[in-house]
Amino acid sequence: MLDGMTQADKQTGCTQTSCGSSNDHLDQMPDAIRERVKNHPCYSEEAHHHYARMHVAVAPACNIQCNYCNRKYDCANESRPGVVSELLTPEQAVRKTLAVAASIPQMTVLGVAGPGDPLANPARTFETFRMLSEQAPDIKLCVSTNGLSLPDCVDELLQYNVDHVTITINAVDPEIGAQIYPWIYWNNRRMRGVKAAKILIERQQKGLEMLIERGVLVKVNSVLIPGVNDAHLKEVSRVIKAKGAFLHNVMPLITEPEHGTYYGVMGQRAPTQRELTELQDACGDMNMMRHCRQCRADAVGLLGEDRGEEFTLDKIDALDVDYAAAMAKRAKVQADIEAERQRQKARQSSLKEQLKAANGKTLFTVNGLTMEQQAPLASVASGAVVDRAEQGTLPSDLRSVQMAVASSGQGLINQHFGSAREFMIYEVSPKGARLIGHRKTAQYCSGPVNCGEGDAALPETIEMLKGCEVVLCSKVGFKPWDQLESAGIIPNGEHADEPIVPALMAVYKEMHTSGALGPDCSKTISA
Amino acid sequence: MSYEITNLCVNCHACMDVCPSEAISVGLSQFVINPKACNHCEGDYAHAQCGSICPVEGAILDEFGEAVNPAGSLTGIPPERVAQLVAEGIL
Repeated sequence: MLDGMTQADKQTGCTQTSCGSSNDHLDQMPDAIRERVKNHPCYSEEAHHHYARMHVAVAPACNIQCNYCNRKYDCANESRPGVVSELLTPEQAVRKTLAVAASIPQMTVLGVAGPGDPLANPARTFETFRMLSEQAPDIKLCVSTNGLSLPDCVDELLQYNVDHVTITINAVDPEIGAQIYPWIYWNNRRMRGVKAAKILIERQQKGLEMLIERGVLVKVNSVLIPGVNDAHLKEVSRVIKAKGAFLHNVMPLITEPEHGTYYGVMGQRAPTQRELTELQDACGDMNMMRHCRQCRADAVGLLGEDRGEEFTLDKIDALDVDYAAAMAKRAKVQADIEAERQRQKARQSSLKEQLKAANGKTLFTVNGLTMEQQAPLASVASGAVVDRAEQGTLPSDLRSVQMAVASSGQGLINQHFGSAREFMIYEVSPKGARLIGHRKTAQYCSGPVNCGEGDAALPETIEMLKGCEVVLCSKVGFKPWDQLESAGIIPNGEHADEPIVPALMAVYKEMHTSGALGPDCSKTISA
Repeated sequence: MSYEITNLCVNCHACMDVCPSEAISVGLSQFVINPKACNHCEGDYAHAQCGSICPVEGAILDEFGEAVNPAGSLTGIPPERVAQLVAEGIL
């Protein structure tokens, strides 16, 4: 709905329950902030299709315990926060960063995120930042922290041009915090219970305030733990927004017994996708991040991919990096990306104007992320016009449908079903298609025996896609095709290499035409 | 006897950073405490610092050879629950 979009554009913040559905969340931010995060994949949903990030694991120590973390765990095949394969010294981290930046010119951001807490390792973290700010001034530095040491570190962070910080805040109420954090190390003592949680929360809030005062962009991560902080996270969102955090990332708890975490071992359940989406929607006014991939503390590449294996220490030792040359190439590649983004934006807004002049309404809400970015222009234009021409064929009371998409980037349906390590999950309704999250196929590895074996992973993948009625990919083999169909999920390879949102809307319309979307129809369509 | 680090250590560096006597260093397979330098933090702190920050139960032994942080004391997971999951092949 262009009308709705125009209205939203005028507002300073999103006040709709469907926050994020009509646009990239950044479209509601002041220009100054948008400019600062436009090439940061973790801070801008739009940027995450184009730019890559890397984490260097220089920070093994931690000063608190969280009930969703097990410090003993490590696995090369696992993908989740806190897990690394190889700990680096600051010197090694710098060598690795330069090597990656030279090989992946769209890598814009270097973060320290663990495997412990970066600010509980101040010497190693700051030495890494200091060297990088000298040797690779074109790379943005950022850090992710539990906040306990943050107030002591703010000024030093500023020295190294760190202008993005993520704080994990799971509670602002110590009674709830005490159910998440069994202990903290504070003033040379191990402290427990509500008293400990109260100190941690005060330090997090103080650190948040100090960063905002100094003009640092702050994103807040929260882990959604059903029955513990689920009802409370709305309050967390309200508090952090009032203090000036610019983005809130509510992530689902990862809780597998084999990870050996307190929650995993004690049978705490993870939230469902619906619970996560409902909570993100209920956080109302705050800008919510929905494209987080909960990556490893040594991840390399675009969000959702991990090229860390290409840059192990023995491999980078063999590389001779001329960083001055690399920096020139990086600047060129990034300028080209920006020029293309600008060109597509201009085309889209001109298209919007035309459509508005013609009719004032369009069939579906334009998803700023996908429509502005990735669509080859001809297909955006023709797709949108067709949609408008067919306006009225989609009644507003049709039920919404979840669809999964296999994409390796650029906002296109361009990945083979069997190669997808994760799927983007969209909710499609007459109002449009919006990204509600990602699901990983190999997120919970069960050991080396069946790791990486596609066939063994197929039933798990199908289980993971539960709730989706369609999966769009570039190709799909016969065997998975049959099994997907038997599970009530329709594989669709007809939109290979097309932009995601128009393809989703096309499939949705076909479902409507076939009678699968009646308001009372809750069953999946037949093939 | 000085404090000692067992093979349960996960090499997280935390103890080395907080030891007031600089008694802890990187070892071959895990961190090690130099018995000549370790004074149990006596005169420095009420509690031994390595034992106060270590995240792994059973990884640090005190001067009597007892675990400073016995099973269940840091995570809150009852040891019998761990034993059950180990028996089931999950952990």
